[in-house]
Amino acid sequence: MILIFSVLSQLLRFYYDGFRNMSNWGRKVWIIIIIKLFIMFAILKIFFFPDFLKTKYDNDKQRSEYVLDQLINSPANHD
Amino acid sequence: MIENVDLVLVNWSRAQFALTAMYHWLFVPLTLGLSFILAIMETIYVRTGNEEWKRLTRFWMTLFGINFAIGIATGIILEFEFGTNWSNYSWFVGDIFGAPLAVEGILAFFLESTFVAVMFFGWNKVSKKFHLTSTWLVAIGASLSALWILVANAWMQNPVGMIFNPETARNEMVSFWAVLFNPVAVDKFLHTISSGFLLGSMFVLGISSWFLIRKREELMARRSILIAGVFGLLSSLMVAYTGDASTRTISKVQPVKFASMEALFEGKSNAGLVAVGVLKDTDKKIGERVVKEFAFKIEIPGLLSVLTGGDKDAYVQGITDHVLGNEKRGIMSVSEKMQKGQFAKDVLMDYKRARMINDKEQLKSIKGIFRDKEFHDKYFRYFGYSSIDKPEDVIPNVPVSFYSFHLMVILGFLFIMIFATALYFLFKGSLSDNRWFLWIALLSIPLPYVASELGWILTEMGRQPWIIQDLMPVSAAVSQINSGSVITTFILFAVLFTALLISEISIMVKQVKTGPRH
Repeated sequence: MILIFSVLSQLLRFYYDGFRNMSNWGRKVWIIIIIKLFIMFAILKIFFFPDFLKTKYDNDKQRSEYVLDQLINSPANHD
Repeated sequence: MIENVDLVLVNWSRAQFALTAMYHWLFVPLTLGLSFILAIMETIYVRTGNEEWKRLTRFWMTLFGINFAIGIATGIILEFEFGTNWSNYSWFVGDIFGAPLAVEGILAFFLESTFVAVMFFGWNKVSKKFHLTSTWLVAIGASLSALWILVANAWMQNPVGMIFNPETARNEMVSFWAVLFNPVAVDKFLHTISSGFLLGSMFVLGISSWFLIRKREELMARRSILIAGVFGLLSSLMVAYTGDASTRTISKVQPVKFASMEALFEGKSNAGLVAVGVLKDTDKKIGERVVKEFAFKIEIPGLLSVLTGGDKDAYVQGITDHVLGNEKRGIMSVSEKMQKGQFAKDVLMDYKRARMINDKEQLKSIKGIFRDKEFHDKYFRYFGYSSIDKPEDVIPNVPVSFYSFHLMVILGFLFIMIFATALYFLFKGSLSDNRWFLWIALLSIPLPYVASELGWILTEMGRQPWIIQDLMPVSAAVSQINSGSVITTFILFAVLFTALLISEISIMVKQVKTGPRH
């Protein structure tokens, strides 16, 4: 138990020191990462990218019925 | 049935996926290539104890970190798009995609994320050997992550190792090894990672050349060019070799794509390999599609027959052979495939009818049919043809396939020459005297990106009209959503990714100008 605590504490210190002593470019890059992840997960995923089948149907049986219909009635592609 | 297709929705969904995939691919290959170059440089540092090699490693590691951090998670957007824009496809592929992507997620998380932290935070805190091990694990982890994505993509080019379950409307993996060792997957993996190594080498060579032009950090620049030159030359030779292997595989599993890459409408023996060519329209047509011919070409006689069939008299199949069929050569026509695909679809419709009336015996019997190998090989493998309207619809955009393939190959040979020339001047001790070459090396940094993107354009556009070769056309894969929202997110992604790219380039340029720390 003490060993696990010691390893965890060393690990935390390793990351803490790493972030604390980060260079200028590192800070800039982290700001970009945080903004990017916020835009991706808090805006794009929630408002623009719902899972189509999950939002439209309640269970997998209904989803498979829908896809089966789509496969049977799939139209031709003209590219 | 064409009136059912919302072409605006299909085309914008495709454009959005292409945009995000191509931007994502601007970040990935540098991670693949530069990580191995770092590992080699650090290995030399650990073996020699020379602090200059450590300084050099840390400089390139900074540029690696910027690219890695800005590119991180850009691929997740593709997964958003699968669920929203391509729901029929995502459902239909089932665990064929799920399993490789799950393995990729675990590898990416545990190998890359954990050891990247050691790479950046661990200098002077962990032992030299542990740090070096972490750098190698990041490099290997990055390539292994790519492996699983490429396995999934290869399955779309050559679907193997699965059966279709009509009850769930999903494909189920029956042989993980068949999916993993799909010939397309093996070729694709080797070709893609070696092209990443090449790109990373050109990046190091180009930036090091800039230092030599500026007469700064000359020792660091020469040492970097030595590593990049050797690694780049070996990688570019491997790219050529794996590219050739990949083309041979395509000629077998995607013959229409292969014929389009070569713009070969009529099959023939003693077929020449067109090194450079310009296409023009003719008066001839296959159905409604105009046949192209060369307005100009430089051709090596007989070489295409030799490369694909082993001798000059080998017959190389053309687009017409595949669309109209060629009984003499044993090539099935698209019309026949359409009939076979329709038969598979009829069986699926019988299953649906049986489900509606809850005829359990019939349901069991039809499930058994779909499990039958003969039914799969004879009929279900052509399932997608049931959604094809006219035989000529299976022809991809020939000029796009031809030009993207040939430009990529030309660039590939150029890269071999650049790396060989760099090593020649380096060993001769005249690198700094040949400023013209240093400028060429610097200006060549974008070229492997262009070649890499052209490779993906060929892979994806050359497969049209299929999203899964012969099984599912793109039009059947798309979700019935509002095309307006797809256009909106297309614009959002274009802005977001462009901002990320500008940030990456500006931070990198600043770091390069600052140079390595003393």
